[in-house]
Amino acid sequence: MRGAFLGLVRHELRLALRQGSDTGIVLGFFVLAVVLFPFGVGPEPALLSRIGAGIIWVAALLAALLSLDRLYASDFEDGGLDLLALSGLPLELVALAKGASHWLTTGLPLTILSPLLALLVDIEPGRIPLLVLSLLVGTPALSLIGSLAAALVLGARRQGVLLSLLVLPLYVPPLVFGAAASGTVAGARSDLLLLGALSLGAFALAPWAAAAGLRQALQ
Amino acid sequence: MSEPELLAENLACRRGERLVFSGLSFRLEAGGALLVRGPNGSGKSSLLRLVATLIPAADGRLLWGGVPVESDLSRYRQSLHYVGHQDALKAALSPRETLALAASLRGVRQPGAALERALEAFALDAVADWPNRWLSAGQRRRLALCRLFVAPAPLWLLDEPFSSLDPDNQRRLENALEAHREEGGRVILTTHLERAVAGARGIELGSGAAE
Repeated sequence: MRGAFLGLVRHELRLALRQGSDTGIVLGFFVLAVVLFPFGVGPEPALLSRIGAGIIWVAALLAALLSLDRLYASDFEDGGLDLLALSGLPLELVALAKGASHWLTTGLPLTILSPLLALLVDIEPGRIPLLVLSLLVGTPALSLIGSLAAALVLGARRQGVLLSLLVLPLYVPPLVFGAAASGTVAGARSDLLLLGALSLGAFALAPWAAAAGLRQALQ
Repeated sequence: MSEPELLAENLACRRGERLVFSGLSFRLEAGGALLVRGPNGSGKSSLLRLVATLIPAADGRLLWGGVPVESDLSRYRQSLHYVGHQDALKAALSPRETLALAASLRGVRQPGAALERALEAFALDAVADWPNRWLSAGQRRRLALCRLFVAPAPLWLLDEPFSSLDPDNQRRLENALEAHREEGGRVILTTHLERAVAGARGIELGSGAAE
Protein backbone atom coordinates (compact mmCIF):
# COMPACT_ATOMS: atom_id res chain seq x y z
CA MET A 1 0.00 0.00 0.00
CA ARG A 2 2.92 2.32 0.77
CA GLY A 3 4.38 1.49 -2.62
CA ALA A 4 1.11 2.40 -4.34
CA PHE A 5 0.89 5.67 -2.38
CA LEU A 6 4.44 6.70 -3.24
CA GLY A 7 3.90 5.53 -6.81
CA LEU A 8 0.89 7.84 -7.13
CA VAL A 9 2.77 10.82 -5.63
CA ARG A 10 5.68 10.16 -8.00
CA HIS A 11 3.25 9.96 -10.93
CA GLU A 12 1.62 13.28 -9.98
CA LEU A 13 4.98 15.01 -9.57
CA ARG A 14 6.18 13.65 -12.90
CA LEU A 15 3.02 14.93 -14.57
CA ALA A 16 3.46 18.35 -12.97
CA LEU A 17 7.12 18.56 -13.99
CA ARG A 18 6.43 17.29 -17.50
CA GLN A 19 3.66 19.82 -18.03
CA GLY A 20 5.78 22.36 -16.17
CA SER A 21 3.48 25.25 -16.85
CA ASP A 22 1.23 24.77 -13.83
CA THR A 23 3.84 25.44 -11.17
CA GLY A 24 5.32 28.23 -13.29
CA ILE A 25 1.95 29.95 -13.65
CA VAL A 26 1.26 29.62 -9.93
CA LEU A 27 4.61 31.19 -9.03
CA GLY A 28 4.23 33.91 -11.64
CA PHE A 29 0.79 34.75 -10.31
CA PHE A 30 2.14 34.83 -6.74
CA VAL A 31 4.91 37.30 -7.65
CA LEU A 32 2.63 39.53 -9.74
CA ALA A 33 -0.12 39.63 -7.12
CA VAL A 34 2.36 40.74 -4.44
CA VAL A 35 3.99 43.29 -6.76
CA LEU A 36 0.58 44.84 -7.55
CA PHE A 37 -0.12 45.84 -3.95
CA PRO A 38 2.44 48.68 -3.68
CA PHE A 39 0.86 50.19 -6.81
CA GLY A 40 -2.54 50.08 -5.13
CA VAL A 41 -1.76 51.24 -1.59
CA GLY A 42 1.21 53.48 -2.41
CA PRO A 43 4.92 52.81 -1.95
CA GLU A 44 5.11 53.97 1.66
CA PRO A 45 7.67 51.69 3.38
CA ALA A 46 6.09 51.90 6.83
CA LEU A 47 2.65 50.91 5.56
CA LEU A 48 3.98 48.15 3.29
CA SER A 49 6.12 46.75 6.05
CA ARG A 50 3.09 46.58 8.36
CA ILE A 51 0.75 44.86 5.89
CA GLY A 52 3.43 42.96 3.95
CA ALA A 53 2.95 39.61 5.66
CA GLY A 54 -0.80 39.80 5.05
CA ILE A 55 -0.23 40.62 1.38
CA ILE A 56 2.04 37.65 0.92
CA TRP A 57 -0.38 35.32 2.68
CA VAL A 58 -3.36 36.47 0.61
CA ALA A 59 -1.35 36.15 -2.60
CA ALA A 60 -0.16 32.67 -1.55
CA LEU A 61 -3.63 31.35 -0.93
CA LEU A 62 -4.98 32.80 -4.17
CA ALA A 63 -2.05 31.19 -5.99
CA ALA A 64 -2.74 27.86 -4.27
CA LEU A 65 -6.36 28.12 -5.43
CA LEU A 66 -5.25 28.60 -9.02
CA SER A 67 -4.06 25.04 -9.64
CA LEU A 68 -6.76 23.28 -7.61
CA ASP A 69 -9.43 22.88 -10.25
CA ARG A 70 -7.30 20.47 -12.31
CA LEU A 71 -6.41 18.33 -9.28
CA TYR A 72 -9.03 15.64 -9.97
CA ALA A 73 -10.73 17.04 -13.05
CA SER A 74 -8.40 15.45 -15.62
CA ASP A 75 -8.65 12.04 -13.92
CA PHE A 76 -12.40 12.46 -13.79
CA GLU A 77 -12.65 13.29 -17.49
CA ASP A 78 -10.28 10.65 -18.89
CA GLY A 79 -11.47 7.71 -16.79
CA GLY A 80 -8.35 7.64 -14.62
CA LEU A 81 -10.49 8.06 -11.51
CA ASP A 82 -12.07 4.64 -12.20
CA LEU A 83 -8.62 3.07 -12.13
CA LEU A 84 -7.72 4.90 -8.92
CA ALA A 85 -10.97 3.73 -7.32
CA LEU A 86 -10.29 0.10 -8.31
CA SER A 87 -6.64 0.16 -7.25
CA GLY A 88 -5.41 -1.35 -4.02
CA LEU A 89 -5.21 2.17 -2.58
CA PRO A 90 -8.21 3.44 -0.55
CA LEU A 91 -9.64 6.70 -1.92
CA GLU A 92 -8.68 8.41 1.34
CA LEU A 93 -5.02 7.77 0.53
CA VAL A 94 -5.60 8.79 -3.10
CA ALA A 95 -6.89 12.14 -1.79
CA LEU A 96 -3.92 12.44 0.57
CA ALA A 97 -1.50 11.70 -2.28
CA LYS A 98 -3.18 14.35 -4.41
CA GLY A 99 -3.02 16.87 -1.57
CA ALA A 100 0.65 16.04 -0.94
CA SER A 101 1.59 16.47 -4.58
CA HIS A 102 -0.37 19.73 -4.75
CA TRP A 103 1.65 20.99 -1.78
CA LEU A 104 4.95 19.85 -3.28
CA THR A 105 4.20 21.65 -6.56
CA THR A 106 2.63 24.84 -5.13
CA GLY A 107 2.89 25.28 -1.34
CA LEU A 108 6.57 24.40 -1.13
CA PRO A 109 7.73 26.54 -4.10
CA LEU A 110 5.65 29.45 -2.77
CA THR A 111 7.33 29.11 0.61
CA ILE A 112 10.78 29.02 -0.97
CA LEU A 113 10.02 32.10 -3.05
CA SER A 114 8.53 34.10 -0.18
CA PRO A 115 11.76 35.63 1.30
CA LEU A 116 12.38 37.36 -2.02
CA LEU A 117 8.89 38.86 -2.02
CA ALA A 118 9.27 39.81 1.65
CA LEU A 119 12.13 42.09 0.57
CA LEU A 120 9.90 43.63 -2.10
CA VAL A 121 7.26 44.69 0.44
CA ASP A 122 9.91 45.80 2.91
CA ILE A 123 9.32 43.30 5.72
CA GLU A 124 12.07 43.68 8.34
CA PRO A 125 14.75 41.02 7.81
CA GLY A 126 14.22 39.78 11.37
CA ARG A 127 10.64 38.76 10.59
CA ILE A 128 11.37 36.97 7.32
CA PRO A 129 12.20 33.60 8.94
CA LEU A 130 8.87 33.80 10.75
CA LEU A 131 7.05 34.43 7.50
CA VAL A 132 8.76 31.47 5.86
CA LEU A 133 8.02 29.27 8.87
CA SER A 134 4.36 30.31 8.91
CA LEU A 135 4.01 29.47 5.20
CA LEU A 136 5.78 26.16 5.72
CA VAL A 137 3.42 25.24 8.54
CA GLY A 138 0.26 26.69 6.98
CA THR A 139 0.40 25.83 3.28
CA PRO A 140 -0.24 22.08 3.87
CA ALA A 141 -3.63 23.12 5.26
CA LEU A 142 -4.28 25.08 2.06
CA SER A 143 -3.49 22.04 -0.12
CA LEU A 144 -5.47 19.58 2.01
CA ILE A 145 -8.56 21.80 2.28
CA GLY A 146 -8.21 22.49 -1.44
CA SER A 147 -8.05 18.78 -2.25
CA LEU A 148 -11.25 18.29 -0.26
CA ALA A 149 -13.07 21.11 -2.07
CA ALA A 150 -11.82 20.00 -5.49
CA ALA A 151 -13.24 16.52 -4.84
CA LEU A 152 -16.57 17.95 -3.71
CA VAL A 153 -17.18 20.07 -6.82
CA LEU A 154 -16.14 17.28 -9.21
CA GLY A 155 -18.68 16.83 -11.97
CA ALA A 156 -20.47 20.09 -11.19
CA ARG A 157 -20.98 22.75 -13.83
CA ARG A 158 -18.66 25.78 -13.60
CA GLN A 159 -16.32 23.91 -11.29
CA GLY A 160 -13.69 26.65 -11.13
CA VAL A 161 -16.03 29.36 -9.84
CA LEU A 162 -17.78 27.01 -7.45
CA LEU A 163 -14.41 25.89 -6.14
CA SER A 164 -13.35 29.46 -5.31
CA LEU A 165 -16.63 30.12 -3.52
CA LEU A 166 -16.22 26.96 -1.48
CA VAL A 167 -12.51 27.24 -0.74
CA LEU A 168 -11.98 30.91 0.07
CA PRO A 169 -14.14 30.94 3.23
CA LEU A 170 -12.40 27.76 4.37
CA TYR A 171 -9.05 29.52 3.90
CA VAL A 172 -9.94 32.25 6.43
CA PRO A 173 -8.58 30.46 9.54
CA PRO A 174 -5.16 29.63 8.01
CA LEU A 175 -4.98 33.20 6.69
CA VAL A 176 -5.78 34.75 10.08
CA PHE A 177 -3.23 32.73 12.00
CA GLY A 178 -0.65 32.73 9.22
CA ALA A 179 -0.65 36.49 8.80
CA ALA A 180 -0.71 36.98 12.57
CA ALA A 181 2.19 34.60 13.12
CA SER A 182 4.39 36.48 10.70
CA GLY A 183 3.14 39.93 11.75
CA THR A 184 4.99 40.41 15.03
CA VAL A 185 7.85 38.55 16.60
CA ALA A 186 6.37 38.75 20.09
CA GLY A 187 3.14 36.75 19.76
CA ALA A 188 4.25 34.47 16.97
CA ARG A 189 4.54 31.27 18.96
CA SER A 190 0.90 30.72 19.81
CA ASP A 191 -0.24 31.68 16.29
CA LEU A 192 2.24 29.25 14.77
CA LEU A 193 0.99 26.50 17.05
CA LEU A 194 -2.61 27.19 16.07
CA LEU A 195 -1.59 27.22 12.41
CA GLY A 196 0.09 23.86 12.91
CA ALA A 197 -3.07 22.58 14.58
CA LEU A 198 -5.07 23.64 11.52
CA SER A 199 -2.72 21.77 9.21
CA LEU A 200 -2.83 18.66 11.38
CA GLY A 201 -6.61 18.86 11.62
CA ALA A 202 -6.86 19.14 7.84
CA PHE A 203 -4.45 16.21 7.52
CA ALA A 204 -6.68 14.08 9.73
CA LEU A 205 -10.07 15.07 8.32
CA ALA A 206 -9.77 16.35 4.74
CA PRO A 207 -8.84 13.00 3.09
CA TRP A 208 -11.98 11.33 4.48
CA ALA A 209 -14.26 14.07 3.22
CA ALA A 210 -12.44 14.19 -0.12
CA ALA A 211 -12.85 10.42 -0.54
CA ALA A 212 -16.59 10.78 0.09
CA GLY A 213 -16.71 13.46 -2.60
CA LEU A 214 -14.82 11.23 -5.03
CA ARG A 215 -17.19 8.32 -4.38
CA GLN A 216 -20.11 10.61 -5.11
CA ALA A 217 -18.49 11.79 -8.33
CA LEU A 218 -17.89 8.23 -9.54
CA GLN A 219 -21.59 7.33 -9.56
CA MET B 1 -8.81 -24.47 -3.94
CA SER B 2 -11.47 -24.15 -6.58
CA GLU B 3 -11.50 -20.92 -8.54
CA PRO B 4 -14.19 -18.58 -7.23
CA GLU B 5 -17.10 -18.00 -9.53
CA LEU B 6 -19.05 -14.82 -10.14
CA LEU B 7 -22.75 -14.99 -9.52
CA ALA B 8 -25.18 -12.16 -10.17
CA GLU B 9 -28.67 -12.41 -8.76
CA ASN B 10 -31.47 -10.14 -9.82
CA LEU B 11 -29.25 -7.14 -10.53
CA ALA B 12 -30.95 -3.84 -11.22
CA CYS B 13 -29.36 -0.59 -12.25
CA ARG B 14 -30.85 2.85 -11.88
CA ARG B 15 -29.35 6.00 -13.41
CA GLY B 16 -31.14 9.00 -12.01
CA GLU B 17 -34.86 8.35 -12.37
CA ARG B 18 -34.48 5.78 -15.13
CA LEU B 19 -34.40 2.05 -14.47
CA VAL B 20 -31.78 0.88 -16.97
CA PHE B 21 -32.23 -2.85 -16.41
CA SER B 22 -33.59 -5.09 -13.70
CA GLY B 23 -33.88 -8.73 -12.78
CA LEU B 24 -30.56 -9.61 -14.39
CA SER B 25 -29.03 -12.89 -13.26
CA PHE B 26 -26.02 -14.74 -14.59
CA ARG B 27 -23.27 -17.07 -13.52
CA LEU B 28 -19.69 -16.96 -14.71
CA GLU B 29 -17.42 -19.87 -13.84
CA ALA B 30 -13.70 -20.37 -14.49
CA GLY B 31 -12.92 -20.12 -18.18
CA GLY B 32 -16.29 -18.59 -18.97
CA ALA B 33 -17.04 -15.57 -21.09
CA LEU B 34 -20.11 -13.40 -21.14
CA LEU B 35 -20.94 -11.27 -24.13
CA VAL B 36 -23.21 -8.35 -23.27
CA ARG B 37 -25.41 -7.36 -26.19
CA GLY B 38 -28.02 -4.73 -26.64
CA PRO B 39 -28.80 -1.52 -28.48
CA ASN B 40 -27.07 1.77 -27.58
CA GLY B 41 -28.18 3.02 -24.21
CA SER B 42 -29.44 -0.35 -23.03
CA GLY B 43 -26.99 -0.31 -20.11
CA LYS B 44 -24.07 -2.43 -21.35
CA SER B 45 -21.48 -0.07 -19.92
CA SER B 46 -23.55 0.41 -16.78
CA LEU B 47 -23.58 -3.36 -16.26
CA LEU B 48 -19.79 -3.50 -16.52
CA ARG B 49 -19.38 -0.54 -14.14
CA LEU B 50 -21.81 -2.17 -11.76
CA VAL B 51 -19.92 -5.48 -11.80
CA ALA B 52 -16.71 -3.46 -11.29
CA THR B 53 -18.34 -1.93 -8.17
CA LEU B 54 -17.91 1.57 -9.60
CA ILE B 55 -21.64 2.20 -9.33
CA PRO B 56 -23.95 0.60 -6.75
CA ALA B 57 -26.66 -1.84 -7.75
CA ALA B 58 -30.19 -0.56 -7.22
CA ASP B 59 -31.24 -4.09 -6.38
CA GLY B 60 -29.92 -7.64 -6.32
CA ARG B 61 -26.55 -9.04 -5.27
CA LEU B 62 -23.19 -9.88 -6.69
CA LEU B 63 -21.33 -12.85 -5.24
CA TRP B 64 -17.67 -13.69 -5.76
CA GLY B 65 -16.84 -17.22 -4.62
CA GLY B 66 -20.15 -17.38 -2.77
CA VAL B 67 -19.49 -14.21 -0.73
CA PRO B 68 -21.21 -10.87 -1.40
CA VAL B 69 -18.57 -8.60 -2.94
CA GLU B 70 -19.25 -5.76 -0.45
CA SER B 71 -18.04 -7.94 2.41
CA ASP B 72 -14.48 -7.83 1.10
CA LEU B 73 -14.46 -5.08 -1.48
CA SER B 74 -10.70 -4.62 -1.71
CA ARG B 75 -10.07 -8.33 -2.31
CA TYR B 76 -12.73 -8.39 -5.04
CA ARG B 77 -11.34 -5.26 -6.69
CA GLN B 78 -7.88 -6.81 -6.69
CA SER B 79 -9.27 -9.79 -8.60
CA LEU B 80 -10.68 -7.76 -11.46
CA HIS B 81 -9.43 -5.61 -14.30
CA TYR B 82 -11.78 -3.02 -15.74
CA VAL B 83 -11.02 -1.43 -19.11
CA GLY B 84 -13.70 1.15 -19.77
CA HIS B 85 -14.49 2.86 -23.03
CA GLN B 86 -12.15 5.69 -21.99
CA ASP B 87 -8.44 4.96 -22.20
CA ALA B 88 -7.39 6.99 -19.11
CA LEU B 89 -4.08 8.11 -20.60
CA LYS B 90 -2.15 11.26 -19.71
CA ALA B 91 -0.81 13.02 -22.79
CA ALA B 92 2.48 14.01 -21.17
CA LEU B 93 3.46 10.53 -19.97
CA SER B 94 4.90 7.63 -21.97
CA PRO B 95 3.32 4.17 -22.31
CA ARG B 96 6.01 2.76 -20.00
CA GLU B 97 5.23 5.36 -17.30
CA THR B 98 1.50 4.77 -17.74
CA LEU B 99 1.92 1.07 -17.12
CA ALA B 100 4.34 1.69 -14.23
CA LEU B 101 1.61 3.65 -12.44
CA ALA B 102 -0.91 0.89 -13.17
CA ALA B 103 1.52 -1.66 -11.73
CA SER B 104 2.24 0.30 -8.58
CA LEU B 105 -1.48 0.91 -8.01
CA ARG B 106 -1.98 -2.86 -8.21
CA GLY B 107 0.73 -3.34 -5.60
CA VAL B 108 3.34 -4.85 -7.96
CA ARG B 109 6.67 -4.28 -6.25
CA GLN B 110 9.23 -4.98 -8.97
CA PRO B 111 7.31 -4.19 -12.14
CA GLY B 112 10.26 -4.41 -14.59
CA ALA B 113 9.52 -7.78 -16.19
CA ALA B 114 5.75 -7.35 -15.96
CA LEU B 115 6.00 -4.02 -17.78
CA GLU B 116 7.99 -5.49 -20.66
CA ARG B 117 5.55 -8.37 -20.93
CA ALA B 118 2.59 -5.97 -20.94
CA LEU B 119 4.16 -3.76 -23.62
CA GLU B 120 4.90 -6.80 -25.80
CA ALA B 121 1.37 -8.14 -25.43
CA PHE B 122 0.15 -5.52 -27.87
CA ALA B 123 3.45 -4.81 -29.60
CA LEU B 124 3.89 -1.37 -28.08
CA ASP B 125 7.57 -1.83 -27.16
CA ALA B 126 8.63 0.28 -30.14
CA VAL B 127 6.71 3.31 -28.87
CA ALA B 128 7.20 2.62 -25.16
CA ASP B 129 9.02 5.89 -24.50
CA TRP B 130 7.05 8.22 -26.73
CA PRO B 131 4.66 10.64 -25.07
CA ASN B 132 1.11 9.30 -25.17
CA ARG B 133 -0.04 12.34 -27.14
CA TRP B 134 1.75 10.94 -30.22
CA LEU B 135 -0.17 7.66 -30.13
CA SER B 136 -2.96 6.89 -32.57
CA ALA B 137 -6.45 5.93 -31.40
CA GLY B 138 -5.66 2.25 -31.94
CA GLN B 139 -2.37 2.50 -30.06
CA ARG B 140 -4.10 4.26 -27.18
CA ARG B 141 -6.65 1.46 -27.03
CA ARG B 142 -3.85 -1.12 -27.05
CA LEU B 143 -2.07 0.71 -24.24
CA ALA B 144 -5.26 0.72 -22.15
CA LEU B 145 -5.55 -3.04 -22.77
CA CYS B 146 -1.90 -3.54 -21.77
CA ARG B 147 -2.96 -2.75 -18.19
CA LEU B 148 -4.53 -6.23 -18.15
CA PHE B 149 -1.06 -7.72 -18.13
CA VAL B 150 0.76 -5.68 -15.46
CA ALA B 151 -0.83 -7.75 -12.71
CA PRO B 152 -2.77 -11.00 -12.97
CA ALA B 153 -6.48 -10.87 -12.16
CA PRO B 154 -9.03 -13.60 -12.86
CA LEU B 155 -11.93 -11.36 -13.90
CA TRP B 156 -11.67 -9.06 -16.91
CA LEU B 157 -14.38 -6.49 -17.61
CA LEU B 158 -13.90 -5.01 -21.06
CA ASP B 159 -16.03 -2.27 -22.55
CA GLU B 160 -15.78 -2.34 -26.37
CA PRO B 161 -12.17 -3.60 -26.27
CA PHE B 162 -12.04 -4.13 -30.04
CA SER B 163 -12.89 -0.56 -31.00
CA SER B 164 -10.17 1.17 -33.10
CA LEU B 165 -8.07 -2.01 -33.28
CA ASP B 166 -6.73 -3.16 -36.66
CA PRO B 167 -7.20 -6.83 -37.69
CA ASP B 168 -3.75 -7.87 -36.39
CA ASN B 169 -4.42 -6.43 -32.99
CA GLN B 170 -7.96 -7.75 -32.91
CA ARG B 171 -6.39 -11.18 -33.33
CA ARG B 172 -3.87 -10.42 -30.57
CA LEU B 173 -6.74 -9.54 -28.24
CA GLU B 174 -8.69 -12.66 -29.26
CA ASN B 175 -5.64 -14.79 -28.49
CA ALA B 176 -5.13 -13.00 -25.18
CA LEU B 177 -8.75 -13.63 -24.24
CA GLU B 178 -8.42 -17.27 -25.16
CA ALA B 179 -5.19 -17.70 -23.18
CA HIS B 180 -6.75 -15.94 -20.20
CA ARG B 181 -9.75 -18.27 -20.28
CA GLU B 182 -7.61 -21.38 -20.69
CA GLU B 183 -5.87 -20.42 -17.45
CA GLY B 184 -9.24 -20.26 -15.74
CA GLY B 185 -9.85 -16.54 -16.19
CA ARG B 186 -13.26 -15.04 -16.79
CA VAL B 187 -14.31 -12.29 -19.17
CA ILE B 188 -17.33 -10.06 -19.43
CA LEU B 189 -17.26 -7.84 -22.48
CA THR B 190 -19.32 -5.73 -24.79
CA THR B 191 -18.45 -5.89 -28.46
CA HIS B 192 -19.99 -5.96 -31.89
CA LEU B 193 -17.51 -8.62 -33.06
CA GLU B 194 -19.40 -11.85 -32.44
CA ARG B 195 -16.65 -14.13 -33.68
CA ALA B 196 -14.19 -12.70 -31.17
CA VAL B 197 -15.14 -14.85 -28.20
CA ALA B 198 -15.67 -18.48 -29.06
CA GLY B 199 -18.20 -20.22 -26.87
CA ALA B 200 -19.22 -17.10 -25.01
CA ARG B 201 -22.65 -16.98 -23.52
CA GLY B 202 -24.74 -14.03 -24.53
CA ILE B 203 -26.69 -11.73 -22.31
CA GLU B 204 -29.30 -9.55 -23.91
CA LEU B 205 -30.01 -6.18 -22.37
CA GLY B 206 -33.20 -4.39 -23.13
CA SER B 207 -35.10 -7.60 -22.50
CA GLY B 208 -33.36 -8.07 -19.16
CA ALA B 209 -33.10 -11.85 -19.45
CA ALA B 210 -29.97 -13.96 -19.73
CA GLU B 211 -29.92 -16.76 -22.25
